[in-house]
Amino acid sequence: MTRFLARRIAFGALVLWVVVTVVFILYFVAPNDPARLIAGRLANAQTLAAVRHNLGLDQPLIVQYGHYLSRLLHGNLGYSYVGNESVTTIIGQDLPVTASLAAGGALIWLIIGVTSGVLAARRPRTLADRSVTAFALFFYSMPTFLLGELFLLVFFFELHRVGFNFFTVTGYASITQDPAEWARHLILPWFTIALVTASIYSRLTRGSMLDVLGEDYIRTARAKGLTERRVIYRHGLRAALTPVLTEFGIDLGTLLGGVIVTENVFGLPGLGNQLLTSITREDLPVIIALVILASTFIVVANIVVDAFYAVLDPRVRLT
Amino acid sequence: MVSRSSSRPSSQPDALVRLEGVTKHFPVRTGRLLQRSSEVVHAVDDVTLDVVRGETVGLVGETGCGKSTLARCITRLVELTSGTVLIDGEDISRLSRRRLRPYRRRMQMIFQDPYSSLNPRRRVGSIIGDPFIIHEPKIGSDQRKERVQHLMELVGLNPEHYNRFPAEFSGGQRQRIGVARALALQPELIVADEPVSALDVSVRAQVINLLADLQEEFHLTYVFITHDLSVVRHVSDRVAVMYLGQIVEVAERDDLYNRPRHPYTKALQSAIPVPDPDEADRRTRTVLGGDVPSPVDPPSGCRFHPRCPKAQARCAEEVPVLEPRLGDSFGHTVACHFPLSDGEKLPEAPPPGVADIASLGRPGTGTRGGGQSAIPRGTS
Amino acid sequence: MNLGIGGPEAETSVGAATTIEGRSPSRLAFERLRHDRAAIGSCVVIVLIILMAVLAPVVAHLTGHGPDTQYSFGRSPAGIPVGPGRHFLLGADELGRDVLVRICYGARISLLVGVVASSLATAVGVVIGLAAGYFGRVVDTILARFMDAVLSLPYLIFAIALVSVVGNSDRLLVIIGVIAFFSFASVGRIVRGQVLSVKEKEFVEAAHALGSGDLRIMFVDILPNVLAQVIVYLTLLIPASIVFEATLSFLAIGIVPPTPSWGDMLSEALQYYQVAWWYLIFPGLALLATTLAFNLLGDSVRDAFDPRYNRLFTRKGASVLTHTVLLNTADEDSSL
Repeated sequence: MTRFLARRIAFGALVLWVVVTVVFILYFVAPNDPARLIAGRLANAQTLAAVRHNLGLDQPLIVQYGHYLSRLLHGNLGYSYVGNESVTTIIGQDLPVTASLAAGGALIWLIIGVTSGVLAARRPRTLADRSVTAFALFFYSMPTFLLGELFLLVFFFELHRVGFNFFTVTGYASITQDPAEWARHLILPWFTIALVTASIYSRLTRGSMLDVLGEDYIRTARAKGLTERRVIYRHGLRAALTPVLTEFGIDLGTLLGGVIVTENVFGLPGLGNQLLTSITREDLPVIIALVILASTFIVVANIVVDAFYAVLDPRVRLT
Repeated sequence: MVSRSSSRPSSQPDALVRLEGVTKHFPVRTGRLLQRSSEVVHAVDDVTLDVVRGETVGLVGETGCGKSTLARCITRLVELTSGTVLIDGEDISRLSRRRLRPYRRRMQMIFQDPYSSLNPRRRVGSIIGDPFIIHEPKIGSDQRKERVQHLMELVGLNPEHYNRFPAEFSGGQRQRIGVARALALQPELIVADEPVSALDVSVRAQVINLLADLQEEFHLTYVFITHDLSVVRHVSDRVAVMYLGQIVEVAERDDLYNRPRHPYTKALQSAIPVPDPDEADRRTRTVLGGDVPSPVDPPSGCRFHPRCPKAQARCAEEVPVLEPRLGDSFGHTVACHFPLSDGEKLPEAPPPGVADIASLGRPGTGTRGGGQSAIPRGTS
Repeated sequence: MNLGIGGPEAETSVGAATTIEGRSPSRLAFERLRHDRAAIGSCVVIVLIILMAVLAPVVAHLTGHGPDTQYSFGRSPAGIPVGPGRHFLLGADELGRDVLVRICYGARISLLVGVVASSLATAVGVVIGLAAGYFGRVVDTILARFMDAVLSLPYLIFAIALVSVVGNSDRLLVIIGVIAFFSFASVGRIVRGQVLSVKEKEFVEAAHALGSGDLRIMFVDILPNVLAQVIVYLTLLIPASIVFEATLSFLAIGIVPPTPSWGDMLSEALQYYQVAWWYLIFPGLALLATTLAFNLLGDSVRDAFDPRYNRLFTRKGASVLTHTVLLNTADEDSSL
């Protein structure tokens, strides 16, 4: 098991290293002037000189690369000249927003997706099953941003017109200040992120459960006289959940994409919106930091998921 | 390594296939990136055998004895670990795939499973016509189709089914398609790997008879692999018995059945079902003790010794040589220190001493701990 | 209709012996598809959208409005876009442009990017998957690891970063390339998995025994057995690519305005939906209809190749066809 983890971590580190190097090449080796890129379009000569000095841009590329790597390893993500703050500060401010959005969304989609899938699998071809499948197909086809906009139109705008003021838009309230407000602001974004992904999980769980429920050992369990409930949950679900777990690992990558779009639609000041702003402002240090951060998140999350997988299914440890 | 086969008078001039010391080991895959383990599966070990032109050599043995691997060594579908394969005197043991291509015309294989040996997504005519496309691309498609349909008739299929898919044929018919494919380029040698084992018993006779007819018509040489002794008896001129990667006995067919020399051969024979129930009750069955050992760690000396009713100390130490014994001619060779004489019966149960030691999983006796027996490794 | 195992047979006489046509697995799948109401419905929708795209100039001509032209009567004196009515069938946008015409032109972009990017990704994925699965060992390790690495990248973030670096020229090509790059690995993984299992079948060994070369074995023997999954995946990849492009355009990193793109229109709509609901609803409907249709079609195609799974809608004559299908699929252990 340790060997397996070691291999995964090694591979993850390799991927990260490649990402980091590619980023370096894109921005430092490119024909553009890195100093200008980093300092921003509006920087004056003084700032440019300061940047050059701080980053040692007159030194050979290899030395720059070394500095770059060591800075990263020390957690120094650089300084945003455009925003006039250290990148770490900027990211620190936005992180809770994105984390709240992502965690809440993931929780909701897991619950909705898996329960609806199990429900559909238990009663195949009934109305319940058909409705679940139809809804799944519908939301699966819906782009996240479109869903967000539709939510805005219906829940925010139209309901406001008739005086129902529950859903607010724009802004974020910190959980430490006021949990109720926090949830109120996040509820529409949560469902925007969650419903699209839930549809995937619903289909997946349904298919997986149908497969498992058709297996002989389930028939044996029933023959032994176990209650249907136990058969489904104790025996069936456990086996059926493995593909769901795999999918979760994959979805961690899409999660970041979904976050970007949702934050944009609902005006939430999270990392996703930060990325977009940075791109328009050409704030290079922030862009670099976010890209690297996102990759790190995915690599770490994949390792964790793989570890879970290896616990569930020992055969995986041989890979 | 000392060759196990004694020198024979002169090499048979009619030997289409000559195997000398053919060995094939597969590395045991542990799934790790760097393969540090030196464990190998001894699939085939030092096999020496001749196949004379025009004859049918039956190759028998239990599942896992290496006969399928040997088949693939002969047809060079795998690389040999060591040894030589001569086709008509020409050494094909080390040839690259490209150099092997002309030989592919001369030797072909028929496979065991009629359900997976034909590509389900291709039409039957295309499958049988493949050899022509590969080796004779200049033939026009019309001419090719004619030949394919002719082949189909030869093996007893309706040529109008040229465009059908394998799924639309029965098992026996599919094997016929396989035979047609093997015959396309008029090979000299056909290695048939359990060609009837997957077929219903009633269909087997048809396919076997078909093979016999074709052999006569086209002067084919067969290596016929099977685990079924009754089938082998019917088709072979000579029979070679394999055990755990080695040949333990080779003889003319009648000789083998009437005067088996190797205890394993005798045990196999006693396992052939006898139609008459009274006779079946009357005869004594020889039951071999233990399981077939793992080919990763074969027993020392004679590999059969842990299960052999006649085994003695010498059998665990010295590898027997494949040679004629007890006054037999060179046509009947056996690898045994204590071969059976004419009419000798095997004891009904293995002697307690040897069998017990064998089942305790001592290193070199072949049983892997934890694999086959529940007896823990206490005594090493 | 003769429903025996052989199925309906067409007789064609060629030369001396007449030949009877067998029904290939693909043919069978197609037959199933033809009777599938959901598949037919989605095909109709797709054809409509294609027509919309192809006939966009015609629509422009008929309404008299160009896709990029701003009309002063498209906005009220207060600057609010005009709703659906006499002048603009589906309303006007904030710059006074005709929404209907823009939707039609937007369809061009979506379909073009969707189909081209998916096809490219599929082609590349198939080749790489074939190579990885067939050659095994070193080649496989390198290719498979490479695909794993690509799959573990956060694709939207990377796509954003990549596209923003490149600049405005050739944006369309870059988008297609980026989408293809992030999609090929999943195709490749599926193909590789299939190839690995097909490779062990005896008919591949038989091909080796015949002296068939590597390329021939890969493309003539193995590929047809893998194609079913690939086609299903391609049909499902198209809507994913369309959404990908729409998302990029929504984030203003996609197609460069003023070329109409559904994503871009929806991005503008975000600011105006409170006063101009049509600007959100109609492009949204178009996008949703397109993706729904392709997804439904993909489901149907998957079902046509492997009818064991329950479906949402029943097919007319399904029970009879299923019977025939079961007889035939019993022997096909290499499909899906």
